[in-house]
Amino acid sequence: MPMIVELSGVHKTYKTGSITFEALRGVSLEVQENEYIAITGPSGSGKSTLMNILGCLDIPTAGTYLLGGEDVSTMSEKELAVVRNKRIGFVFQQFNLLRSMTAQRNVELPLMYAGVHAKERHTLAREALERVGLGDRTHHRPGELSGGQQQRACIARALVTNPDIILADEPTGNLDSVSTHEVLRLLHELHDQGRTIILITHEHDVALESQRQVQIYDGLLTEGLPV
Amino acid sequence: MTFLETVRTAFTAVMGRKMRSALTMLGILIGIASVMLTIGLGQGAQQQITSQINKLGSNLIIVSSGANSGLTVANANSGTNNNRTRFTTPLTLNDAAALADKNTCPDILRVAPVSTTITTAYNGTASDTPSVVGTTPEWVDVTARTLTEGRFFTSDESNAGSMVAVIGPGTATTLFGSDAVVGQTMTLSGQSFTVIGVLNSVGTTLSGNGDEQIVIPAGTYAQRFSTSTNMNTVSTILMEAKDKDSLSAAIQEATTTMYVMHNVTAAAPDFSVSSQQALVETIGSLTTILTALLSGIAGISLLVGGIGVMNIMLVSVTERIREIGLRKALGARPSIIMLQFLVEASMLGLMGGALGIGLGIVAGRILSKAISYPVIISVEATSLALAVSLVIGIVAGVYPAWRAAKLAPIDALRNE
Ligand SMILES: Nc1ncnc2c1ncn2[C@@H]1O[C@H](COP(=O)(O)OP(=O)(O)O)[C@@H](O)[C@H]1O
Ligand SMILES: [Mg+2]
Repeated sequence: MPMIVELSGVHKTYKTGSITFEALRGVSLEVQENEYIAITGPSGSGKSTLMNILGCLDIPTAGTYLLGGEDVSTMSEKELAVVRNKRIGFVFQQFNLLRSMTAQRNVELPLMYAGVHAKERHTLAREALERVGLGDRTHHRPGELSGGQQQRACIARALVTNPDIILADEPTGNLDSVSTHEVLRLLHELHDQGRTIILITHEHDVALESQRQVQIYDGLLTEGLPV
Repeated sequence: MTFLETVRTAFTAVMGRKMRSALTMLGILIGIASVMLTIGLGQGAQQQITSQINKLGSNLIIVSSGANSGLTVANANSGTNNNRTRFTTPLTLNDAAALADKNTCPDILRVAPVSTTITTAYNGTASDTPSVVGTTPEWVDVTARTLTEGRFFTSDESNAGSMVAVIGPGTATTLFGSDAVVGQTMTLSGQSFTVIGVLNSVGTTLSGNGDEQIVIPAGTYAQRFSTSTNMNTVSTILMEAKDKDSLSAAIQEATTTMYVMHNVTAAAPDFSVSSQQALVETIGSLTTILTALLSGIAGISLLVGGIGVMNIMLVSVTERIREIGLRKALGARPSIIMLQFLVEASMLGLMGGALGIGLGIVAGRILSKAISYPVIISVEATSLALAVSLVIGIVAGVYPAWRAAKLAPIDALRNE
């Protein structure tokens, strides 16, 4: 299996005024295509920082990041926007659906930025919503959906562009056990269909859903789960 | 993402915060409405002036005695101020005859010498004090008047000094009420005059109240009213140029003729030639300047409106930081975010402008009725107002849009 993610010696330093903070201190990670990997770690350990770099929302201070063989660590914001749009599907803890739009329109958003025509966009978004079991909720706004339904809409939005990687940062953090189960089942399904899944969580049993677990502590990675 | 989709996104955002959008638009709305009203009033004034020209005869030229009377064409650069103290030859019927000579003044169509005084006219106990004009039959054409009743006097009557008069409608009503006027007699300075015609109503024009007038033959005036030792003396000479295009040629001919007649030079003229056109143009340009000035003041409220849009857009960017971050995470390039906010600001400007135009039109109608003065809202002014409000929106949107575009997606998406 070829590598989809190759991080080597990645550092991320935050500067706030005169204070600098090294959130990642030489992280190397390789993820194969169609792998399902969980990243765990305590709060403040650098999980979200790593996720931002993996998702091309931020670039490393040092080190390289090859995404699908392409070096994204030196790209401009404009180029990164295209990479995010084409290769990555985000699932957020906070769902991040736009409240003024229906589920349908929310799911269409990434397609809109990809330049997909209205008609095709419509069909694709509908299919994606049906796939996550929201076929009858397409014209509901986020406020009219339960937490679990909102997270499913978010997953629909993440998968609608057919991305290489689904990046999920604490996707079950705000959900009850029934919805958690539902979301994890969907991630499994996507994995079975050939997608690479990177799941960030601090919940032990959620992490065990994946094929491989890595642990981050004080900006450094180790394989396996904490004991 | 097509432009249309960007417009739709912006529209959703504007409509999603109706109250705030409405308040933001208010500044632009008031600014545009007041500019529209000011321009409307200015254009109304312009139209009034134009209709005055038409009432007076747009090709009217006036020769008056003395060098510095009013708006003159002939003595524009006569530096000497003591013209009046030197002897001034009064205007005479001979001057009028010379100006009527087609050989020397081919561009002058008609000439009417005019003498005026103010006298009280009586019909029994009814009295009126209009201006009394002594002139020739050409007067009615030169001043572009018509008769609603009866006829004007003839050259024969004029030369013979007949005791006939043509009166303005105001004078007619004052003296004779609603009775038939033609054929009635009235007393003027102890002399009995027969009214043979009534002039049309023109209201008050730049040369006085045209409705309060008694027009009598030049000969009659010379015999009965002239205060001068020379019975040929007249107050002014009115002329009509052949047409609008020959106006300046006619003025030139009149000036040259008068130099010869009065044996004076351009350096020290004792008469002045003015045209209604010149007066009207001056008043017109004054109106334009005034309109521009007032619009400028009204424009300040537009500036304030623009700042309001900018302010709200900045607040909007700050509030919607998560939305911007999300859009970026989903693949929106900075230029698209920039465009989205620019379109949103322009939309606020444009909507405010459109509503302002609506308000301007309605207020213009009401104002026009209230002050019985025309307020003209032209298509040009409307399109200009729309363009201005669009530009204000865009200019006000640039900085907030740039801020939005520059936001780093992680800063925008960070969990609070
Ligand atoms: N933009 C930032 N500026 C400064 N420090 C930051 C910034 N983002 C994160 N950090 C710091 O980096 C560390 C790792 O943060 P984060 O990756 O969010 O941790 P986690 O998601 O594991 O809780 C934390 O100590 C946090 O305070
Ligand atoms: Mg985190």
